[in-house]
Amino acid sequence: MPSEVSEREQKVLNIIETARGKRAKFRDAQITMAHGAGGKATQSLIEGLLVPAFANETLTEMADAGTVSVLGGNVAMTTDSFVVNPITFPGGTIGELAVNGTINDVAMAGARPLALTLSLVLEEGLPAETLKTQVEAIAAAAKAAGVPIVAGDTKVVERGHCDEMYICTTGLGVLDDRCSLSPSNLQPGDKILISGRVGDHGTAVMLARGEFELDADIVSDTMCLWPAVDALLDAVGPSLRCLRDATRGGAASVLNELARASRVAMIISEAKVPVHPAVAGASEILGIDPMHVANEGKFIAIVAPEAADDALAALRSAPGGEEAAEIGECKTEPEGMVLMATAFGGKRVMDQLVGDPLPRIC
Amino acid sequence: MKHVDEFRDPVLGEALAGEILGLVEPGRHYKFMEVCGGHTHSIYKYGIDDLLPANVELVHGPGCPVCVIPMGRVDDGIALAHQPDVIFTCFGDMLRVPGSDGTLLDAKAEGADIRMVYSPLDALRIAKANPDRPVVFFAIGFETTAPSTALTLKRAKMEGVSNFFCMCNHVTIVPPLRALLDSPDLRLDGFIGPGHVSTVVGVRPFEFIPAEYNKPIAVAGFEPLDVLHAIHMILTQINEGRCEVENQYARVVPWEGNPRALQVMSEVFELRPHFEWRGMGFISQSGLKLSEAYADMDAEIEYTVPGIRVADPKACQCGEVLKGVIKPWECKVFGSGCTPERPIGTCMVSSEGACAAYYNYGRFAREREVV
Repeated sequence: MPSEVSEREQKVLNIIETARGKRAKFRDAQITMAHGAGGKATQSLIEGLLVPAFANETLTEMADAGTVSVLGGNVAMTTDSFVVNPITFPGGTIGELAVNGTINDVAMAGARPLALTLSLVLEEGLPAETLKTQVEAIAAAAKAAGVPIVAGDTKVVERGHCDEMYICTTGLGVLDDRCSLSPSNLQPGDKILISGRVGDHGTAVMLARGEFELDADIVSDTMCLWPAVDALLDAVGPSLRCLRDATRGGAASVLNELARASRVAMIISEAKVPVHPAVAGASEILGIDPMHVANEGKFIAIVAPEAADDALAALRSAPGGEEAAEIGECKTEPEGMVLMATAFGGKRVMDQLVGDPLPRIC
Repeated sequence: MKHVDEFRDPVLGEALAGEILGLVEPGRHYKFMEVCGGHTHSIYKYGIDDLLPANVELVHGPGCPVCVIPMGRVDDGIALAHQPDVIFTCFGDMLRVPGSDGTLLDAKAEGADIRMVYSPLDALRIAKANPDRPVVFFAIGFETTAPSTALTLKRAKMEGVSNFFCMCNHVTIVPPLRALLDSPDLRLDGFIGPGHVSTVVGVRPFEFIPAEYNKPIAVAGFEPLDVLHAIHMILTQINEGRCEVENQYARVVPWEGNPRALQVMSEVFELRPHFEWRGMGFISQSGLKLSEAYADMDAEIEYTVPGIRVADPKACQCGEVLKGVIKPWECKVFGSGCTPERPIGTCMVSSEGACAAYYNYGRFAREREVV
């Protein structure tokens, strides 16, 4: 019965996958909030406008950090802007995010973070106390990570031209020779690990905005991931294929980026993904998927199958990694796609969103 | 999650799927329509299709509140949002629905003050916090969401909030079902009835479906076991030669609905003579507007909106998808011209839209057993 119909359906699906495999085009008339959400709209901006404009081999890799050869050694460089609202939320502040976020991007390249620069954009009228609090948070986070802030800049803009404060940080690290990481290393059979539970940060910030009148005991997971990466490199360095931190767009976006870049398929087991019960509850009420919610202290590690157990043990022994889990594996088909084996026993695609996750209506 | 996980139990799911397999007559093809977009979403999200025999086909119905909004209404909404000083509020899903010249999200980027709300009460709160600015709530949805709009308007009136207005796009569920059942190109064996709507209207309004059109229907909840259970109930009806309305979702849906919700709706709203549905044209007595007593809060009276009927883009087949005549992937522009990134039709926007659900969740070859 399904033969002819499913052939036609398959043809349509193939056309879509071919289109998805191509570099995204940037065709929008103006920037909307969706371009900043880390989903497909962001992807079209990066792949369609920025990468072609600055065309070079390093950038084309589109990793969390780019690598540069300096005097015979290889360093990793990255930069990030932080514009979170509110600037203080349960479990963290914009200052901590600015330090940890950039250090984590360096670490994801398999590089030991060495130094940060810091640029502050401040809104006229910002209370000095607020600024002091953030500066202290920045200092504390940098000290805890053991990464000095070696240069900086400050700018002030008129009231209303920014929301309290924005922070940009740039990070420098030296590539660690225990590993060589790239999405192109991925092979069918590789195991997919996550360093802890998903969705805490995004949920904490969403609830802190007070738009949903929901209260839950959720705190941001912002933390420096270098110790976990360091432990992982010690345990299974040569078997490590690739690392990505699951920030904006959540774990789902990162997995899709990796699947697209490496042309492997990924199958994730929903029941194995660690989620805080309160995050699961809030997501349920709002009709969003924790896999699409931002994290600030979680990463995906893809390792050769024989190293998976050791990698998991290393992750679990690192600070904040108690709930690390093996959540899936790479396969051959369907190429470039991420599938979710649902806890109920079915299967579905797990795609990136276009923009921010939007709450359902009813 | 207590009271939720029980309805997502994979062991029970497998058992129920086994029973469904036993109820299916080999060689016969069954086509059931899930009326509600919430069901479409659940079916894809949990991969319920995977547990059904291949000869049980689920087709998607017209019950997605965002999907049924015609382009002209989006244009009217955008025009309202651009009025001086107006704060325009709507549910998140609406923001990405294309009008004839862009979406509300585009209008926001152009400078209109558009804010996403989670409930109409949030919109009222914004109105009270900004007493010198008019706040318009773009109301959409079936009888599920209409009572909350009605209560909000009632409260605004009671509290004397004079800067709160509503652009009413609420619709009712029975007229489109009738239109659907009257259309000659549809062959269905039964309906999975809309659970959330029924919490308000009850089960009785669906009695005409077996009585006049001879199709069985089971009003169902939204958890995966609910959907499987409803399919089980419909197949059992067919096998036993019965044809009636059954209530699978009795833990939430009373037979008579929610009389207080219906009461407040009848106070605040009245039926429009006709309302345009995306891809389905004008359906008489299918839309609600604010009643005489609430006319001073009617945004369409307070402001002049263009009110121009905009024909759907030629390539768009949302109408056929909403009527279950074609599957999302059978649409000429599905996945090529029309994607979640760049939707042409409404069905590709809302998470409850059949095309978006299929594109985001269902877009891969499934292998199922043929009986």
